[in-house]
Amino acid sequence: MTSKLQPATRRRWRGSAPRLTPYLFLLPVLVLFAGFKVYPYLYAAWLSLTKIIKGQTTFVGLGNYGRLAADPIFYKALTNTLIILVTQVPLMLGLALLLAVAFNSALLKFRAFWRTAYFVPIVMGLVAYGILFSTLLNSHHGLVNFLLESVGLPRVPWLADPVWAKVSIIIALTWHYTGNSAVIYLAQLQSIPGELYEAAEIDGATAWQRFWHITLPGLRPAITLTVVLSTIGTLQLFDEPYVLTNGGPNNATLTIGMYLYQNGFKYFDFGYASAIGYVLTGIIGVIALIQFRFLREKQA
Amino acid sequence: MRTDRSLQARGASLAVSIVIAIGGVLMLAPFYWLIIASTHRTSDIFSNPPNLVPGDQLWVNLTNLFVGEGFGQAVLNSTLVATIYALLGGLVCTAAGYAFAKFRFAGQGVLFGIVLVILALPSQVTLVPLFQIMVQLNWLNTYQALILPNLALPFGIFLMRQTMQSVPDELIQAARVDGAGEFRIFAQIVLPTMRPALAALGIFLFLAQWNDFVYPLIVLRTSDAYTVPVALASLQGLSDTDYGQLLAGTMVSVLPVLGLFLFLQRHFVAGILAGAVKQ
Repeated sequence: MTSKLQPATRRRWRGSAPRLTPYLFLLPVLVLFAGFKVYPYLYAAWLSLTKIIKGQTTFVGLGNYGRLAADPIFYKALTNTLIILVTQVPLMLGLALLLAVAFNSALLKFRAFWRTAYFVPIVMGLVAYGILFSTLLNSHHGLVNFLLESVGLPRVPWLADPVWAKVSIIIALTWHYTGNSAVIYLAQLQSIPGELYEAAEIDGATAWQRFWHITLPGLRPAITLTVVLSTIGTLQLFDEPYVLTNGGPNNATLTIGMYLYQNGFKYFDFGYASAIGYVLTGIIGVIALIQFRFLREKQA
Repeated sequence: MRTDRSLQARGASLAVSIVIAIGGVLMLAPFYWLIIASTHRTSDIFSNPPNLVPGDQLWVNLTNLFVGEGFGQAVLNSTLVATIYALLGGLVCTAAGYAFAKFRFAGQGVLFGIVLVILALPSQVTLVPLFQIMVQLNWLNTYQALILPNLALPFGIFLMRQTMQSVPDELIQAARVDGAGEFRIFAQIVLPTMRPALAALGIFLFLAQWNDFVYPLIVLRTSDAYTVPVALASLQGLSDTDYGQLLAGTMVSVLPVLGLFLFLQRHFVAGILAGAVKQ
């Protein structure tokens, strides 16, 4: 490919880059990764095997993991996280799918406006929308309860009841992220060839059959991606319970991420917090892998 | 028959539009209420029936916030940190994406594998080690503590690698034959063709840093170093929270990114999609 007819005095042939060039472009990333990613992950692995005893970081083997395996609060946090995961992710992605189909349909008027309306919550920071929702959902003086009451429904103890507190977090998450997933689905929908639908219509397929046999299979890559990403995100859930409920009432909305934070930065038990982090990593790895396999196999 | 069908289509169109409109109003309602609430005092925010029209306390709330609580410092910190982060991070990720997309070199597969692994790992694991690193470097309460750890953002590298693949090899090759240096090729030939992707990445990075909460909460220990979200959370944590002031602050935190988003929506959506849908 490269020309071999260049003068030999040149240090390199014209038309080919010096071998070091890609490494130079990568250099900043490599240095930053080494210092702020690879080292912290390895250091956390070491920390998870230690405990601070009389001010000294002491090696305790798998002691932290043993303690975790018998810690009822950890199981509470794990259960809470999984409950939110299995309700919120299907709810959100189901809504996003319907929205994407609507946004793609000529039946909907003012499509561009509504697309923006559903997407715009994503720009609001977690703290901002936590504050906003905690005032809207205030049991005594919140706007939501006022509206419920004005149509004859009972007030709801949104943030004070263990079940409703979870529901509040699910509502907040759904409000924030649904439009984002819908936009991803919409882009994939627009890449499905229109001829497929036309051919199916000529063959007499109903709207439902077209959705089931053309739309859903066409969306498979986007569905796989959003399921895995939303799952990873939900397993790491921290900000919403931190600002909305502070994990309460009575640990009903304590998540693994919050429990890690509490141990690390409230009790300064760095070893235990790191062990929680690595167990969380393991859970995320296993679940993401299962989802990938399941969704991939169905595709084949 | 024909009129029957078009009537049916009209009915369906109306039904879909109404359902989407109701949902859309629910999506936008919190924004409307935020603007309204920031113009009232606490007692009027929680009054019964609620106030749904603007009040006259906006100026008072903003004055309390900026003069009384020194919120201006937090806005300044956030603006500087997010801007520097977006510029430097954009450059660092783009350079790495260029290397991965347009060069073949030893260790490429392994290095890109590391990018993907870090992308998938929960960042919470690094909270404790990063805190200790910042303590040892004496970097608590500094801008660099906020900017450096996530400057090499795996998602950004991934995004730029995907986009860079669309730059024709011939363009780069021709510049080399003309004797242009590698960095000149990158800066003067590759980067200009990447403008939309750079805008998308820049907005993404700015927003991520502007809204980031957990990590700043850990490394910012004094109030004059707070970013906007940390300052807001500290106001919310007070026993006698002034909600007018708090919601005015929340509005101040949302308006810049809302404006950025509405003006640059096309690039913003493109950024999310480039990372998501391309195979």
